[in-house]
Amino acid sequence: MTTSSVQPPGERLLPARPGWPDATGHFGVFGGRFVPEALIAALDELTEAYEAMRVDPAFLAEFHRLQRDYTGRPSPVTEVPKFAEHCGGARVLLKREDLNHTGSHKINNVLGQALLTKRIGKSRVIAETGAGQHGVATATAAALMGLSCTVYMGEEDTRRQALNVARMRLLGAEVIPVTTGSRTLKDAINEAFRDWVTNVETTTYVFGTVAGPHPFPAMVRDFQRVIGDEAREQLLEREGRLPDVVLACVGGGSNAIGIFTAFVPDEGVRLVGLEAGGDGVDTGRHAATITGGTPGVLHGARSYLLQDDNGQTIESHSISAGLDYPGVGPEHSYLHDIGRAEYRAITDAEAMEAFALLCRTEGIIPAIESAHALAGAMKLGQELGPDTLLLVNLSGRGDKDVETASRWFGLGDREEVDPGPGLDTGQQPTEGAVTNDEAVAGQDAGETA
Amino acid sequence: MSALAERIGSAQAEGRAALIAYIPVGYPDVPTSIKAMVAAVEAGADAVEVGVPYSDPGIDGPVIQEAVDVAVRAGVGMRDVLRAVEAVSAAGAVPVVMSYWNPIERYGVDRFATDLAAAGGAGAITPDLIPDEAADWIAASDRAGLDRVFLVAPSSTEARLRLTTAACRGFVYAASTMGVTGTRAAVGDAAEQLVARTRAAVGDNEQELAVCVGLGVSNGDQAAEVASFADGVIVGSAYVRALLDAGDETETVAAVTRLTRELAEGVRRAGVRA
Repeated sequence: MTTSSVQPPGERLLPARPGWPDATGHFGVFGGRFVPEALIAALDELTEAYEAMRVDPAFLAEFHRLQRDYTGRPSPVTEVPKFAEHCGGARVLLKREDLNHTGSHKINNVLGQALLTKRIGKSRVIAETGAGQHGVATATAAALMGLSCTVYMGEEDTRRQALNVARMRLLGAEVIPVTTGSRTLKDAINEAFRDWVTNVETTTYVFGTVAGPHPFPAMVRDFQRVIGDEAREQLLEREGRLPDVVLACVGGGSNAIGIFTAFVPDEGVRLVGLEAGGDGVDTGRHAATITGGTPGVLHGARSYLLQDDNGQTIESHSISAGLDYPGVGPEHSYLHDIGRAEYRAITDAEAMEAFALLCRTEGIIPAIESAHALAGAMKLGQELGPDTLLLVNLSGRGDKDVETASRWFGLGDREEVDPGPGLDTGQQPTEGAVTNDEAVAGQDAGETA
Repeated sequence: MSALAERIGSAQAEGRAALIAYIPVGYPDVPTSIKAMVAAVEAGADAVEVGVPYSDPGIDGPVIQEAVDVAVRAGVGMRDVLRAVEAVSAAGAVPVVMSYWNPIERYGVDRFATDLAAAGGAGAITPDLIPDEAADWIAASDRAGLDRVFLVAPSSTEARLRLTTAACRGFVYAASTMGVTGTRAAVGDAAEQLVARTRAAVGDNEQELAVCVGLGVSNGDQAAEVASFADGVIVGSAYVRALLDAGDETETVAAVTRLTRELAEGVRRAGVRA
């Protein structure tokens, strides 16, 4: 393992970009700009402003002040030994992005883009959101900085994530349910692009993940890489070593890129992205874009995507609204193709088992998105055995998922709750206390919720 | 010579702008959409934009979204598009495919160029492909002798107008307003300014390239207005609106014929005025 020196916090955005993307936003054959010409001027303006901003000490000072005083960074690293008992004896450390203000890693990126919006003199931000976490973060930053805010959210997701819809509205944002296509994140992105092309003079599109046209994948990565930069320092400080494996869930992939980037040069560290396997990749009902998709163009960039023979995007399926996306950021496609990161699918059932396990063993309710990474830790731990050090990005908290989880586990009105998946009983977690009948009932409820 | 440039040139020789009709393949079904295209040709359209249905039409408004969504769900693909191209060509107009990039990339860029040329297609309009990303398409369209139409917008800088028009063959598509496709009450001054700036860029490139205007034109008066300053008038959502409102094939053909006659009269009225 290499031991590259730790950067002082004030310089985190400056150096140490990996050797990609190139000047026009390409990660190998991936990325680029597949957008109508009408948006090119705005993307150029954004790129230019961002490149100036990322080396501007005044901006960086303000950005880091907000990260510290508003978000609550650095987020801690928590070891979870009781959860780790279900991970083949591996040690598991969580990077606690769930403890950030607004409840997930999304705020890291949004504060940067909102500052950028103010700097280029625009007064309105728009955003897409799936689980609602990016929408809440954008609404929060807009409230903080006095920007007007419109959030596009698939109608299906507004039902699954009603709590976050209410939060956005409380924060003063307009939430527009999107009723086209599959009524989920992909369609919310389409609507946000349509708004942007119409209102580009006054409006910045605060993109929520490391996808979309250049400069979004690189810019969002730069704003999110604080996760891995901190975690790398924290591990070196407390363990005197780097982790063996870094794990994160991947929808669009911003939290994963956020924690991976600092470790990319550390060749001995395995980087594992966990995609949403839904009902199972072989069923066709999933959102595992790299595992089960092919290269193509969607939402402004070339990357892996779920598509049919006609090049039509296939609707994705996941219990997790935040991972329910048929595309993925181009940098993940690149990391996959060059073999630097590996991607695996976690089914809904596996994710929910890990979700319950972390709740019961450690008193931490994770976002269902993040539970996919936890389930990956259970698998990797079993494969790699004792003393392996696993670093898991706990990208968000699960408050928003309480209803979905209650339905999945059939917790509804019952007075006495089943003790859950084999906790402290030495049972294999795969034989969890959720019976097949309950799981099936829960699944149905989860999908129609 | 480019088939599109030739046809637009013939219209100019008549002292008028060309009329280009956009009709997506597969709404309400493939045969009816092809009949609608033929009806547009017979009623006076010079060229037909044969629309490839796509699941994520990022710059289309609700009208076109509604129609192409039906076609996408029915599994309409490039094979159907090529059939429509053949029909338009046989009816005597110039077919040009209008497609978001992914369906072409998925079909295979070289294969698409070869098959399109064989079907009698003039080329393709690619609304989400900018020349900067188009190396494969430029090579394939050169090899197959196809036109390639990129878009310019009111927000395009002079440098981008020059770059984009230099990459075009057939015509350049001037997207008249900042926004998505759809009918509008007024086309506005932005279109005329964009056409003038685009012509200047074409001149800087020492090229000959027609400038056609799309986005927002829906009736004869608007067609006449645009025809007074552009080489061609592109109408999309108004056609799709007519398809959506029609109850059956007979109504579809009648509505398309009626709309085309009105628009064809519009582009001729302007010619007299100019």
